[in-house]
Amino acid sequence: MKVFKCFTMVLMLLAAGSMSVAGTLDEVRARGVVVVGVNPGVAGFSMPDEKGVWKGLDVDTAKAIAAAVFGDVNKVKYVALTAVQRLPALQSKEIDVLCRNTTITLTRETVSGLNFVHVNYYDGQGFLIPKKLKVKSAKQLKGATVCTLPGTTTEMNAADYFRKNKIGWKPVVIENPAELNKAFFAGRCDVLTSDASQLAAIRSIAPNPDDYTVLPEIISKEPLAPVVRHGDDQWYDIVNWTVMALIEAEELGITSANVDEMLKSTDPQIQRFLGVTPGYGKALGLDEKWAYNIIKQVGNYGEIFERNVGPKTPLKLERGLNDLWTRGGLMYSFPFR
Amino acid sequence: MEQAVQVKELRPPITHIGVIGWVKNNLFNGVFNSILTIVTLFLLWKVVPPFFRWALIDSAWHTTGQACRQAAGACWSIISMNYRFILFGFYPYEEQWRPLLAMLILFGLLFYSRDRSHWKKPLAYAWIIGLFTMGLLMKGGIFGLSSVESTQWGGLPLTLLLAVFGLTAAYPLGVILALGRRSQMHGVKALCILYIELIRGVPLISLLFMSSIIFPLFLPEGVTFNKILRAQVAIILFTSAYIAEVVRGGLQGMSRGQYEAAESIGLNYYLTMRLVILPQALKIVIPPTVSQLISAFKDTSLVVIIALFDLLKTTQSVLSNPEWMGFSREAYVFVAILYFLGCFSMSNYSRKLEKELSRGD
Repeated sequence: MKVFKCFTMVLMLLAAGSMSVAGTLDEVRARGVVVVGVNPGVAGFSMPDEKGVWKGLDVDTAKAIAAAVFGDVNKVKYVALTAVQRLPALQSKEIDVLCRNTTITLTRETVSGLNFVHVNYYDGQGFLIPKKLKVKSAKQLKGATVCTLPGTTTEMNAADYFRKNKIGWKPVVIENPAELNKAFFAGRCDVLTSDASQLAAIRSIAPNPDDYTVLPEIISKEPLAPVVRHGDDQWYDIVNWTVMALIEAEELGITSANVDEMLKSTDPQIQRFLGVTPGYGKALGLDEKWAYNIIKQVGNYGEIFERNVGPKTPLKLERGLNDLWTRGGLMYSFPFR
Repeated sequence: MEQAVQVKELRPPITHIGVIGWVKNNLFNGVFNSILTIVTLFLLWKVVPPFFRWALIDSAWHTTGQACRQAAGACWSIISMNYRFILFGFYPYEEQWRPLLAMLILFGLLFYSRDRSHWKKPLAYAWIIGLFTMGLLMKGGIFGLSSVESTQWGGLPLTLLLAVFGLTAAYPLGVILALGRRSQMHGVKALCILYIELIRGVPLISLLFMSSIIFPLFLPEGVTFNKILRAQVAIILFTSAYIAEVVRGGLQGMSRGQYEAAESIGLNYYLTMRLVILPQALKIVIPPTVSQLISAFKDTSLVVIIALFDLLKTTQSVLSNPEWMGFSREAYVFVAILYFLGCFSMSNYSRKLEKELSRGD
């Protein structure tokens, strides 16, 4: 029993316990780190590399928040959360913000008492097929066998889509993602359906990736965004405008490489954005250099996209909906005024 | 002298001795056994050479994931390139000597404790000092060691932490519960029965879920408990209920005479249990206890579902990286070997202990 007592005492000491009623920003500052909930492993969005360092688009969003608050991207504590754990973890204040490819829905905002900030990735469900089927559109998939994971929205979306378009289909439901991929490549089903961001990664591990293609149809809307709790508007503003700043910087042409030169820019918009002309930092309750720190240390949205999921990564994703609005995408920052 | 030559011993026919004799006696004595032998040999010939070819000859040992896809055999590179993440999880890369040292101390202590002649007071002190040092190494924060939060602990140290503390804490708790269930005091008895039946009535997964998802919602705002501690407590609660029933079986196996003998020499309840009943009862139940402990050791991998990065989760995490996707066979073989080493040494030790304890009988 001695051993046990000793151990409980050690663990009790480790157990984080802080009581306070201050706002999230004050709590975060007092603690010295932002606690961010992330996905335990989705390639390109959040997953540990071989040294155990978190990498990905959601992880970079978390870093941007730390850069805005502390001016230091390393002041993040990552908490890996499963799909069921993520919302309770936020509600019980275990984490300050959730950056975990979470789709914005009505019930999550209302019933679960959460606020989603600006979207950091527009995803949607698509289809992966072998080229030899010579199918050009999902509407031609009559009588196709479709591989899908059970119990996910993916399965329901596919059912809805095929019923709406009055196309007969045969679902092949396989529990384990690795087995699902193997079954598809072995030809057990004609089509594999999943989130578009995942299809590219699955295609890249095919025996011969060029034999496969992703159909143009996207059958569901999956706007993914960071989440905070209801009831702390200042913290919501900070997280929201951090995501906006990533997009705004790309629009203004500010990158991590040229941000120091941009400080000398005579464009009043850039001067205000980077805090050369003060105002926005104070408005958010942050340092005037908050946006400068984000871009200097993390980069703009375009850089984050290219680094984690872009054409040079194994995922090989095109910008598509995630391009700037000026280039036909949906990434649109509200005015920094 | 001629006589001696004549009585020269005749050797048995060659078909009855040596290798041939052994083979005939053991593998081909009868039609059915001969068929079985041939079928087995055929299966081995079909399975073993291709396996060796896959595992050793055609395999890639230290390459990138891309190069691995070209190899016809096993891709052990997934282990050699990622072993530090698989073994240590998120522990800071430069500091990973600390969990390594902590594990070596643990192995050293466990190995030293194997021998029952070492079970004396100094060993208890050694354990206390050892555990303290391990905690210090893992946690850091003093003596120039940088502080590493427990959220960054993972891989093998986490699995061992959950297993070793889960088992050592669950065992005494289980014994107490078993005694409580057989107690004459109705309140104690009812409580113990309620506890055991409640815990045994739910799967470990639901206990883990409750401790990690529902429990925090009842805590006052801002108070959070360490995730590892929560999982650890769930594992202890769960295992102890099962141990309690195993131990109760041993207690029931004791004859009434043992209790009466203890009473007749004036021993009180505590001494009766400590000196007479438990030493015998616990010895009887060593085999089921150990199988319970082994299954608890493997159950620690269920913490995957609450996103603790134990050994199995770190491996799965590597597998979801596009570069290493699809090499699940190699990765799981590696993890299986580690789990097997743990389980096998436990059951090996229990057999040794049984043999030693039954020497007096």
